[in-house]
Amino acid sequence: MPSRIFVTGLGFISGLGNNVQENLTSLLNFRSGIGLIRHIETILRDELLVSEVPMANEELRRFAGMPVMAAYSRNTLLGIIAAREAFLHAGLNDHPGLRIGLISGTTVGGMDQCEKYYQDFLNNDSKNAFIDTYDCADSTEKIADFLGLKGFITTISTACSSAANSIMFAARMMRAGKLDCAVAGGTESLTKFHLNGFNALKILDKQPCRPFDAGRNGINLGEGAAYLILETEKANKKTGNKVICELTGYGNACEAFHQTASSPDGKGAYLAMKKALEMSGENPDAVDYINAHGTGTDNNDLSEGRAIENLFTGKIPYVSSTKPFTGHMTSAAGSAEAIISILGLQHGIIWPNLNFSNPMPELKFQPAVEMIRGMDLNVVMSNSFGFGGNDSSLIFKKYGVH
Amino acid sequence: MDELINKLKKEVIAQLNLEDISVDDINPDSPLFGEGLGLDSIDALELIVLLEKNYGIKIEDPKDGKKIFYSIRTMAEYITEHQKKA
Amino acid sequence: MAYINGVGIISPQNTLPGSGFLEPAVEHTADFLRSVEPVYKSYIDPIVSRRLSRLIKMGITSAKICLQDAGIEAPDAIITGTGLGSVEDTEKILGELTKEEKFLNPTPFIQSTYNTISSQIAINLKCHQYNSTYVHRCFSLESCLIDALLQIQDGSATNVLAGGFDEMTHNHLTIIRRLGLWKREVIRNLDLWTCETPGALAGEGSAYFIISGERTEKTYALLAAVETLYRPESTGETAAFVVHFLSENGLIPEDVDIVLMGNNGHAEHDSICNEVIMQSLPGAARVLYKHLCGEYHTVSGFAMYIAANIIKRQLIPPSLLIHGLASKKLGNILIHNHFRDTDHSFILIRK
Repeated sequence: MPSRIFVTGLGFISGLGNNVQENLTSLLNFRSGIGLIRHIETILRDELLVSEVPMANEELRRFAGMPVMAAYSRNTLLGIIAAREAFLHAGLNDHPGLRIGLISGTTVGGMDQCEKYYQDFLNNDSKNAFIDTYDCADSTEKIADFLGLKGFITTISTACSSAANSIMFAARMMRAGKLDCAVAGGTESLTKFHLNGFNALKILDKQPCRPFDAGRNGINLGEGAAYLILETEKANKKTGNKVICELTGYGNACEAFHQTASSPDGKGAYLAMKKALEMSGENPDAVDYINAHGTGTDNNDLSEGRAIENLFTGKIPYVSSTKPFTGHMTSAAGSAEAIISILGLQHGIIWPNLNFSNPMPELKFQPAVEMIRGMDLNVVMSNSFGFGGNDSSLIFKKYGVH
Repeated sequence: MDELINKLKKEVIAQLNLEDISVDDINPDSPLFGEGLGLDSIDALELIVLLEKNYGIKIEDPKDGKKIFYSIRTMAEYITEHQKKA
Repeated sequence: MAYINGVGIISPQNTLPGSGFLEPAVEHTADFLRSVEPVYKSYIDPIVSRRLSRLIKMGITSAKICLQDAGIEAPDAIITGTGLGSVEDTEKILGELTKEEKFLNPTPFIQSTYNTISSQIAINLKCHQYNSTYVHRCFSLESCLIDALLQIQDGSATNVLAGGFDEMTHNHLTIIRRLGLWKREVIRNLDLWTCETPGALAGEGSAYFIISGERTEKTYALLAAVETLYRPESTGETAAFVVHFLSENGLIPEDVDIVLMGNNGHAEHDSICNEVIMQSLPGAARVLYKHLCGEYHTVSGFAMYIAANIIKRQLIPPSLLIHGLASKKLGNILIHNHFRDTDHSFILIRK
């Protein structure tokens, strides 16, 4: 009988705050992290809105306690800060006998440094210390080394569903008996590379994003890192950690439609959510809230909206996208939004879908526009759908509820 | 206009890497998208870059691309109308 | 454990369909080993192919070859691994961005995302099943295989299309040479093991496998187990891990017939490979292969192709270099690889 998977620690840094509590406070106070770009030298600086962690790399280094001259990418620094918070929360270094894995999602890797130093890399030896930051593994290994982890380690890159897939893979390793615990999530910093890349795809909104709004016009990119600590039931008996909630279901499916677009009926999204539900053993009616991928693009919100309607044929749960708060944190979105969903579960809150005015004519439902407190929430779903059609869905359940 | 049409054909072939297509294969009035050359949404974005890079014309909303990029001739007409002189 | 029921590989050797088993060896005199590529038109629709960079064509084509080899049209999962993804596309963008931040083309940006090949294969096959991509140095393909084994073990999948690919470019080689770990001059690949200059020989390749829960007449070999080891403190610890890995699979060191060694031409790297294997498996025949394909993060794919074919054909091609005596019965093959003694990987292939 595969083990139940418990969430026992959370770590989160974003444009909303440097830790879970600060992020929660921002959410409760309707404070969005969306604003102008401050820490990247780019011609898009005054054009695009993003959610940036309001610390330059030097400040992040100090905050993380890293030596100033070390060749650490912004990705790594954000990842260390969030992973450390989660790890300390669960006190895992007090349990040396446990097999702890680190599974991290990222796509940009050390690009924030590489894009600055690329011409140096080609032409001289002045920036050799940064060459190794290029690949995705660099941040994961530096996080592992910071936490003193020497167990199973890997990096997943499935674009915007990377962190969700990291959580899923960690859970599968644990259910197969290969790990006792895991630090799972993702990290992504803003870079000129992907700001320009998304801009070339013409899917960025120069105004604050409006998920599920008829007039929506695209994405605001964001950055940050978020990690969950997962424990098997057996490991939890050893750690004695308070269980925050349980990961009861997950699903991964592929849209298989187009490299940058979802199908009109959101088949991949539908299948991912369906798989997650089936695994959790819950009926669709049991889901209280969906934290949608809800990027604010024409395409995603329509296909995700349709997929939700096709799956939740009875009662559609509360649905909101929290990307107007955090921006689209790409490879970190899956774990960031998992944490936001879990915070909603813990505190009985439905998060509002900001910037919404006009319902989409194609959909029967509208997102939740008010923050609703005092709810009795038991089951929440968090969706993350990546470029290339890598669709993932996670289900978390309040612990102790049958 | 013919000169521009010919130039555009070469540029489109290069930008979209249409390796097996020659300038003579493209009818300036045939649709570029759907049937005709069978181009797609990513090609439309590439054509937006082409217009900006080679002709200094910026298209902000990709939805405008449908009319502008209907055919080589409509592209040429748009360029003639909007091109910024150096 | 599961079965290797299909192989598709594009490499610096003749490994395309219809080729022999690494005979004759392809000689390269180059600063990196470049793949022997097929005519992609035979595999990919030109309308799609026109915007694909080389690595993506290699990846998609080797996946198709693998599916044809296995006689499978619809895998139950598609899992890929790559250490660096499409370097060519990333370079295009970095080159533009660092000269002038303007006019970025969307196509290379889309193709530079690591999961692009995995998703393009799925689009091509209209496969809505599980799809994931691992990007972690020499754990990339290994993570895919571990994931594939988990899927088969828990019944989520019967046939998994799992593969790994990496490419080398002149610009990237220029950059990584600055770290002092790669050959700085052009050499003849077949002279790698007698070459006195320092550094590894760079290479590239793309290899896909059907990993299946069912043995069929197409089965090459058993993929018995895959493990990774992060930051061992000594070669002793790594050697002990090898012995433990084998015992978890019911084997003792003497049961291993061949080790496909991770040696790549860089002296320090190679001495670690040698020490680990001499300590743990002193009696096993040690086979060197990276003179044929060069070094790259997902090189275990080439090694798996070799191992699977050795088991199936029960012969070791003369293009491989063997130290020690290989037993007559070729039943248990260990593939060992590592990256800077930080990431060690182990794949056990059996009859």
